[in-house]
Amino acid sequence: MTLTLGHFLSLGAILFALSIIGIFLNRKNLIVLLMAIELMLLAVNMNFVAFSHYLGDLHGQVLVFFILTVAAAESAIGLAILVLLFRNKSSINVDELNTLKG
Amino acid sequence: MDAKTGFFYFFAAVLLFASFRVITARNPVYAVLYLVLAFFQAACIWILLKAEFLGIALVLVYVGAVMVLFLFVVMMLDVNIDSLRQGFWRHFPLAAGIGVLIALEMSAVLIGGFRISEEPKAPVVLGQAAQQVSNTRELGKLIYTQYIYPLEVAAVILLVAMIAAIALTLRQRKDSKHIDVSDQVRVKARDRLDVVKMPSTQPYVSDATAGAALGATEKQP
Repeated sequence: MTLTLGHFLSLGAILFALSIIGIFLNRKNLIVLLMAIELMLLAVNMNFVAFSHYLGDLHGQVLVFFILTVAAAESAIGLAILVLLFRNKSSINVDELNTLKG
Repeated sequence: MDAKTGFFYFFAAVLLFASFRVITARNPVYAVLYLVLAFFQAACIWILLKAEFLGIALVLVYVGAVMVLFLFVVMMLDVNIDSLRQGFWRHFPLAAGIGVLIALEMSAVLIGGFRISEEPKAPVVLGQAAQQVSNTRELGKLIYTQYIYPLEVAAVILLVAMIAAIALTLRQRKDSKHIDVSDQVRVKARDRLDVVKMPSTQPYVSDATAGAALGATEKQP
């Protein structure tokens, strides 16, 4: 049984499903929510790299490069907002973030 | 079943176990460390797919910078874990149902639909017999020629993210008694001294009240 493109895509799909379960489970913990989003981006990148390898097209890897850049910026700003939130409310519970009454 | 297949299953198993522990770990520090393990396994799988540059970039950028940032934040915040873990397993049946549904559906489609197992052969240029191409070199050629403008936009995004993160978390200390030098330089004499018009001669009252009236002409700054 040799490796096919489907194996890598399935691995990405399972990883994505796991991170969705993680978002359901850790509704209150903002840090783990951010980590679940990182896992989701990893699953997407896995698909890009697998397609890039099996179709012989390097443009997919360039796109992974840019996704990594944007994900790093996103997590840096997310953590900054998290620190700011903890400084003001002394808690990172998502349930308590109801100041805007949305 | 060759070595590559075995390595793939090994890395995939460790990757899925690590990501499962990320979402269920009680202590956020353990979650971050398991996420580091997950990124390492993903980098190994990418190297199996001959994307060496991205695998090493994932280890350097993600494990070296982003995960360390996560670790710093997690260790810096004094989080009450027990209140965050309340009702943790309450939505587990729904979450597991949705997750298994997504994984099964996508796997059923993907395993059957994408049976490509051979990577396409690189086009052989006449006169150059099957030379070894470097993934990093090819990626660099592509990024610095065709994708030069997106690359610069990515650089600007990183700069904006850096400035935004610093501006968000920067704060002045409220309890420090530092002196503003520009305020000191800009001060005028009339801010400090107030000359009050008074009659030059006064009827004699007593020594004590006259001394008090004399002292009151100079205002304290």
